[in-house]
Amino acid sequence: MAKIKYHILCCGGTGCHASKSDVIMSRFNEVINEKGLTSDAKVVATGCFGFCEQGPIVKILPDNTFYTRVTPEDVEEIINEHIIKGRKVTRLLYTDPAKNEHIEDSKHMNFYKKQIRIALRNCGFIDPENINEYIAREGYEALSKVLGEMTPQQAIEEVKLSGLRGRGGGGFPTGLKWEFASKYQADQKYVVCNADEGDPGAFMDRSILEGDPHSVLEAMEICGYCIGATKGLIYIRAEYPLAIHRLKVAIKQAREVGLLGKDILGTGFDFDVELRYGAGAFVCGEETALIHSMEGHRGEPTVKPPFPAESGYLKKPSNVNNVETFANIPVIFNKGANWFNKIGTERSKGTKVFALAGKINNVGLIEVPMGTTLREVIYEIGGGIKGGKKFKAVQTGGPSGGCLTEKHLDVPIEYDTLIAAGSMMGSGGMIVMDEDNCMVSVAKFYLEFTVEESCGKCTPCRIGNKRLHEILDKITKGHGTMEDLDKLKNLSQVIKDTALCGLGQTSPNPVLSTIDNFWDEYVEHVTVKKCRAGVCTSMLKFVIDPEVCIGCTLCARNCPVNAITGERKSPHQINQDICIKCGTCKEKCKFGAISIK
Amino acid sequence: MANIKLAEDKLKALIEVCKSFNNEKGELINVLHKAQEIFGYLPAEVQEVVAHELNVSVATVYGVVSFYSFFTMKPKGENPISVCLGTACYVRGAEKVLEEIKKVAKVEVGETTPDGKFSLACLRCVGACGLAPVLMIGQKVYGRVAPEKVNEILAEY
Repeated sequence: MAKIKYHILCCGGTGCHASKSDVIMSRFNEVINEKGLTSDAKVVATGCFGFCEQGPIVKILPDNTFYTRVTPEDVEEIINEHIIKGRKVTRLLYTDPAKNEHIEDSKHMNFYKKQIRIALRNCGFIDPENINEYIAREGYEALSKVLGEMTPQQAIEEVKLSGLRGRGGGGFPTGLKWEFASKYQADQKYVVCNADEGDPGAFMDRSILEGDPHSVLEAMEICGYCIGATKGLIYIRAEYPLAIHRLKVAIKQAREVGLLGKDILGTGFDFDVELRYGAGAFVCGEETALIHSMEGHRGEPTVKPPFPAESGYLKKPSNVNNVETFANIPVIFNKGANWFNKIGTERSKGTKVFALAGKINNVGLIEVPMGTTLREVIYEIGGGIKGGKKFKAVQTGGPSGGCLTEKHLDVPIEYDTLIAAGSMMGSGGMIVMDEDNCMVSVAKFYLEFTVEESCGKCTPCRIGNKRLHEILDKITKGHGTMEDLDKLKNLSQVIKDTALCGLGQTSPNPVLSTIDNFWDEYVEHVTVKKCRAGVCTSMLKFVIDPEVCIGCTLCARNCPVNAITGERKSPHQINQDICIKCGTCKEKCKFGAISIK
Repeated sequence: MANIKLAEDKLKALIEVCKSFNNEKGELINVLHKAQEIFGYLPAEVQEVVAHELNVSVATVYGVVSFYSFFTMKPKGENPISVCLGTACYVRGAEKVLEEIKKVAKVEVGETTPDGKFSLACLRCVGACGLAPVLMIGQKVYGRVAPEKVNEILAEY
């Protein structure tokens, strides 16, 4: 068979899929067939490239050409120019916003320069629905090495030596967790993969499962061998249909070639994997709650100990790790723990995947070595704040984390430094906010989430968070007092100290960290009733500039509560006691006479 | 709640689903997922059948249905609208989009329009944060939605 000259990689991740990457792919195949180019070019549907902001993305190998925001109409031009004539379609190339020049090779893009891809090593390179492409990139070599050359204890030692810590948020050493589970004796043990990614605004695990499902399966098998389990379960959100589909395909293919099932690689080791579906409950990311949910119950957490390593799924010893943690495992065995533990910092080894989103130029999925600073992530990889606005805060750790500010920008990203700064690593959501975001409202947003997601089992979380939310609501509506701020602080501390599980204990973090870092803004809200970001509408005051108003009466006619009065052809006024701050008048005014004070 | 008569064929399918899971209690959530696929929602009558088949109390089934946000006890509209209120969408103005939809489609969150055309729900993150703010109608995803575009999008239906 002749060697195919060009590989056209199309992103098939959820983000690009939503902007018609499937149509683009079939259009490519159509044009290739029409022009008889099937032996020159091949279309590959890959997982996420990470640079979602510029999606849908099409990358052409071998020359690493990176086309952005491609539409189905662009396909023919790409084939004619690039594939047939060998000329790049300049207008679709990524443009460096700082230098305003096109970048031809994706390796030179700032977005990728600082990244080291371990967990995401295959995302955007291989067809996730073809096991051979995974195998061609060292896939299942780690499994073969572990099964063939190592005892379970040796393999656990290797993971311990690597320094890998849980990527789901807590940061517990993975090797140690495996060792605990291996020590308990039972007729059946379980390996559980936590793919219940509930942090709103985070999509790391989904991208790994969509882009490289076999890496997770391989790691679960290695874990099974280490702890003595023959069954694996993946608990995945039902809201991720594409990831579920790709996992099903991967499991089927692995079974067909004997990499899952009985007597794997002729070593006598049996292991199989099943899927379990979540049904939308954030608390199920907590491992005891997750186990209850897999058993068919309400996903309520229980007090630890006993830890799942002793009594987990169906009361049998179980080891629960999250997707990204597992995705690191094959690399640790392929390249060695001593290679892995040279990356990162003293106490946080390896890399971390972040879902970078919010008011930032380059929204997307990134993987950086531990110890990279927030500044590098936001300004170099992320390309700075959208629309040239001023950076205000970055939120890490989701609803359990906190907001960090300008003064934290040079903090290296590690488990322990982020906690010391008042936030946490979390599963990897990183949301950037600018001057137009009101921090009291942001805290309220997270509390609203916690109140909705609290399972209701323990009182501090069920009632305490509800009260926190009420106080925050009162403040954003302009009725807060200084006393309320004290109440917020005290109540937050009580919830932290007394809630049952991780969800409750960390739920006040968004409140505490915004109070710490944006105290002035809270005080402004309660004393002078001002929201500097202009988000809390009830504190806004709409006023008509009499110099500009010509008295056209358009605003008065559109005001839903008749708060605007004035004679025709003379300036109008807004009665502040009646105004409901809906903003209709400002929208309707053709002369820009109405402003917010 | 008014009693609803379940369609014979759907009822049969539901009982088959329970059997395919060996009528095991531990499979309750999987059974409910399938049941929701069959009926579109999980009214009390469906929960009673499931409880009977799996030999658990109706309270247990209701406890699970009401715990998970994916399960719904109200029928959805012909075109279910879901607005993402994940953090990434929130900071890029998803709330304003939601307000606009409420105004244009005249429907509240969790409700269905009287003609059954639209229903409105909020969800947390579809994972297309690069396109924030995002809304879904059925399975179709709309990205970079500005409040001004809502009218145009809804007019497609």
